[in-house]
Amino acid sequence: MSNSPHSFPKALTWRKIGPKLILYPLLIITALFCLGPFLWLLSTAFKTGENVYAFPPQFIPNPISFKNFLDVFDIMPLWTYIYNTIYMTGLGVGLNLVMCTMTAYPLARIRFPGRNFIFYAIVSTMILPNAAGMIVNFIIIQKMGLYNNMLGVVLPSAISVFNIFLLRQAFITIPNDMEHSARIDGAREFKIFYSIMLPMIRPAVATVVIFDFMAFWNSLIWPVIILDDQDKYPLAPALQYLQGTLSYNFPYIAAGTIISIIPMIIIFLILQKQFINGMVGAVKG
Amino acid sequence: MAVSKEQARQTRFAYTMLAPGIILLLLFTFIPIVYGLPLAFTNYSAVDTTKWVGFKNFIRAFEDPDFWISLKNSILYVIVVPIIQLLSILMAILVNNKLRFVNFFRISYFIPVVTSMTAAAIAWKWVFEEDGILNYFLTTLGITDAPISFMADMNLALYGVMCVTIWKGLGYYMMIYLAGLQSIPSELQEAARIDGAGRWKVIWHITIPLLMPFVMLCSLLSVMGAIRVFDEIYVMHGPKGDPASATLTTSIYTYKISFQDYNFGYGAAVGLVVSLLIMVFTLLLFKYTRKGGMNYYE
Repeated sequence: MSNSPHSFPKALTWRKIGPKLILYPLLIITALFCLGPFLWLLSTAFKTGENVYAFPPQFIPNPISFKNFLDVFDIMPLWTYIYNTIYMTGLGVGLNLVMCTMTAYPLARIRFPGRNFIFYAIVSTMILPNAAGMIVNFIIIQKMGLYNNMLGVVLPSAISVFNIFLLRQAFITIPNDMEHSARIDGAREFKIFYSIMLPMIRPAVATVVIFDFMAFWNSLIWPVIILDDQDKYPLAPALQYLQGTLSYNFPYIAAGTIISIIPMIIIFLILQKQFINGMVGAVKG
Repeated sequence: MAVSKEQARQTRFAYTMLAPGIILLLLFTFIPIVYGLPLAFTNYSAVDTTKWVGFKNFIRAFEDPDFWISLKNSILYVIVVPIIQLLSILMAILVNNKLRFVNFFRISYFIPVVTSMTAAAIAWKWVFEEDGILNYFLTTLGITDAPISFMADMNLALYGVMCVTIWKGLGYYMMIYLAGLQSIPSELQEAARIDGAGRWKVIWHITIPLLMPFVMLCSLLSVMGAIRVFDEIYVMHGPKGDPASATLTTSIYTYKISFQDYNFGYGAAVGLVVSLLIMVFTLLLFKYTRKGGMNYYE
């Protein structure tokens, strides 16, 4: 509180810098907490031999070794797991896109007898308790002869009521003029759906693709239930299975786990806006 | 005449489009809902011939100490809900500041949300090791004398899993709260600041009350997630909820009897009881909210 001419600008700079001196450390500590376990796993994946259990722990491995990332492909059939994951995710997302848009479109844009009944019957399943869902689905998949088959893993989630609801809302908002002009041009119904209406709801389709991509890529227990051979496992179940049998050599598991999450993180970093808007927007309704 | 022909054509088109989806929904959504109820009153399993057994499955559950342990653990698990809400609100307030690089931090907080629970649980298991990094910090900082076994100690195992659940959910709820913060006018907070209220006072008395609708929505999502907790326990403590049923929750219990012992009838009965439990919790939460009709995605 001195009267010197310098005190005023000094206070000003303190007010500008002060909060930053508190906020940035807080932001960094939170980031370390949120990324810490993965960073520690990454660090472990680059270690070999005694360095893994070194005391005090090496935060940055010395030397950094890529050996685990190469060896892990020999230790476990990692390419098979990667292929299985891509196959399962591709099939799941693809089927959802086709099934959900085809189901949502008539419910939103076409007048036909029974429309409201079908729509309310579908929506009611979102509220009704599905206590034995997994059990009955398992029995049905078994009766269909799809046990130990990737189709059996994907089929029960090949259509989602939530997606239908979301896509129907999007189809409803398209102005009628588009449809009328196409109809005057003599376009067939399916062509109107496929080449005019579908491109109009790209943001909703993106949300559906992101949700389903995440759900299938990360799914753990349903593949474990349906698949009998470990060779058919996608990454998540395979890693969960191997972490028990390979626990004596954790760096391999660490390398495998890092490899399994990298595609998801890359896609998230590319499509971050769509991810966050889709996931937050979907619950805000 | 032309109109009705056109109508018939449209109807045919609509049903053709709907058919594949409806068949899948009938098979994997409607039938399970309808068939799940009678299933709970049978002894349907991998070995026996299926018979109607009345309430036997329910009595068996109520007489099984493991069922009660799983119920207790699942209810106890709901304590993650207020912790997640408080931490994610604070994080949202933190990243709501206009700072350089703030978007980088938002994105990094969201990364646990998009990665698989399997990977997260494996990473955390490694952190929790007896000679792991967390124990190194705790002993070096002098917080504990001897390493703590977060995985094997019966009294700690469940709380260890809770840490993973909380950690993985923070980024998601933070983003919802951030959207909430950005939708409330900043004049109120500014006015309170001018009137001399401290930063924390403003957060506690103005920001959080204004966020209440979002808190309710997030709590609801979080309660449903907490009661269904499965993946993190399965990866960290296996299908039996080790050590000694310390991490046995209703989902793990249902999984064990359904897909390890293949007692489908019994599994359906336990599932039914759990569904009722979830409904009670949801209704309790709805009692405190006026807004309904929200949709969610697991």
